Amino acid sequence: MTAHLYPDASGHFGEYGGRFVPEALVAALDELTAAHLAAKTDPVFLAELDRLLTTYAGRPTPLTDARRLSEHAGGARILLKREDLAHTGSHKINNVLGQALLTQQMGKRRVIAETGAGQHGVATATACALFGFDCTVYMGEEDTRRQALNVARMKLLGAEVVPVSSGTRTLKDATNEAMRDWVTNVETTHYVIGSVVGPHPFPMMVRDFQRIIGVEARRQVLELVGRLPDAVVACVGGGSNAMGIFHPFVDDLEVALVGCEAGGDGVETGRHAAPLTAGQPGVLHGARSYLMQDDDGQTSDTTSISAGLDYPGVGPEHSLLRDLGRATYSGVPDAWAMQALEKLAKSEGILCAIETAHAFAGACDWGRAQVAAGRDAHDLVIVVNTSGRGDKDVDTAARWFGLVTGEQVAESELVRAHEGEQP
Amino acid sequence: MSRLDELFARCRAEGRAALIGYLPAGFPSYDLAVEAMLAMVEEGVDAVEVGMPYTDPLMEGPVIQAAHERALANGTRQADVLRTVEAVAATGAPAVVMGYWNPVHRYGFRRWAQALKDAGGAGAITPDLIPEEAPEWLEACRDLDLDPVFLVAPSSTDERIAVVGRTNRGFVYAAAVMGVTGARAELGDGARILVERVRAQTDLPVGVGIGVSTGAQATEIAGFADAVVVGSALVSALQERGVDGVRRLSAELAEGVRAAVRP
Repeated sequence: MTAHLYPDASGHFGEYGGRFVPEALVAALDELTAAHLAAKTDPVFLAELDRLLTTYAGRPTPLTDARRLSEHAGGARILLKREDLAHTGSHKINNVLGQALLTQQMGKRRVIAETGAGQHGVATATACALFGFDCTVYMGEEDTRRQALNVARMKLLGAEVVPVSSGTRTLKDATNEAMRDWVTNVETTHYVIGSVVGPHPFPMMVRDFQRIIGVEARRQVLELVGRLPDAVVACVGGGSNAMGIFHPFVDDLEVALVGCEAGGDGVETGRHAAPLTAGQPGVLHGARSYLMQDDDGQTSDTTSISAGLDYPGVGPEHSLLRDLGRATYSGVPDAWAMQALEKLAKSEGILCAIETAHAFAGACDWGRAQVAAGRDAHDLVIVVNTSGRGDKDVDTAARWFGLVTGEQVAESELVRAHEGEQP
Repeated sequence: MSRLDELFARCRAEGRAALIGYLPAGFPSYDLAVEAMLAMVEEGVDAVEVGMPYTDPLMEGPVIQAAHERALANGTRQADVLRTVEAVAATGAPAVVMGYWNPVHRYGFRRWAQALKDAGGAGAITPDLIPEEAPEWLEACRDLDLDPVFLVAPSSTDERIAVVGRTNRGFVYAAAVMGVTGARAELGDGARILVERVRAQTDLPVGVGIGVSTGAQATEIAGFADAVVVGSALVSALQERGVDGVRRLSAELAEGVRAAVRP
């Protein structure tokens, strides 16, 4: 495949993508497409974005040689692309700064966003503070509970956080609610979608803003190792960090692209969030892509310890890469991800987000499989996108590993219940 | 001539707008939904929009969302939606499915179109489908003489209204206000302006929906549109006052439509 050919002019990645939206949004999507395409070649826009990424977000992020982790990957050399060191603690800031600049150009003053783990919500609240936009973030009620720290961060940054109590009370329903807001307020409001999902131009535009991860990583690995890596590994929820790091490597056919979905309780149990592994093509949130659904076309409930991956859909370009065999995807169960999180913390001193831990589990697995298949471990180089840091997940991890006592858990529940009563 | 064409011809002959009422299949139960739809028709609703319950109805406000959730919790499936269509169509009133795209996509749109035809359905309104994404669906509708109904909104450009006007059959569904479904106290003049813009592009009848909840509002809309579409208010009536509530509101709306002074 030739990466730059997709999507086509109507926003299709092969048979995926497109625009499955209420007619009311089409004019805004056309306006956004035009603004993005113009910005892509506008030296003033690009210079301003570059300035923000460098002086505000802290780019380029480093590539870290994770020497002690390599024993867990069959001896393969593991290089970490450190998006966790970007401002706000994840790759989400790359996309948000780009969309904030577009919002300014389109003359809109209000921004809305959906968030799962809260990383995109925090990044959006941050950019809105910087640009002086009004900001409303929709977040599933269940996620406001498991990612309470990020809710507080968003509020401190001046955003309004709206808990969504419909449906599954997670990212999917937060996205529905953001779409409803957008249909109502589209004239004054830009919807900053946080992943490579949604109607055209979002999958293309978010990918374009996240490509910087892969552009830097490709250059850094060539400088460090003198050749391209054998594999690039990333976790996939909607798939923005994965698409960002994959895209500049898509035409390097010798580089394996490995996506790690949320395997939840195990893909075989049906309780997971792995549409590329175990879903069928369908339509959700404006695009055709792989989807977890029942045989009546109703969206399935998802299960994952990671709020950021707990989503039944996935970006359409991933669906294309999957069908073409250019990237491979599999589900990493909660337990493997948490084991990988602990390994990374103890062997490298990096506490990553639970989302990111799925990628480490997948990378170790990929490395061991290559060695088992007869590859010399010392020749193997794997780049893992370290998409976010784990501060927000300390509470979940502490419970998982039994690091807090029952009394402490009860006390923190009490504090939460009390906070919930505040107006 | 499709069943919707016949309906609009008859209403035109009577010098009035048509009244289209919406209820989701399976809410609050399969039987009560059918009973309520038949009551609507008896009280003067000209055509029924049968809602297909969906997990992610992103054009709907809280009332219809809750009804979809309840219908799905009751185990409502597409087969039940189609049986509901059959029951309505048996009265002679056109039954049109209002359905989000994924359930149709999953069923297979050609197979679904055939099932809708077999059930006696007149067509389908697809709130999250635009004509550009629908070539195969349109072909299936053409082959089976079903009416595909796409929406226009106040934000639609004239070019897009023209595309919808060329693609639709039956009527053009004009979403009167920007936003999700639900009763509005004031409708403003957005609906009138949008209807004028649609008329400039197509000869198809124009139906106005979103926000209409009272007989007085029905009278107002029927003064300039070819159809008045009422949804959330009927769902609320069913929720709060049962089939009898639907009956009373339908009668009020039917009277409202007939009271309009038309140019």
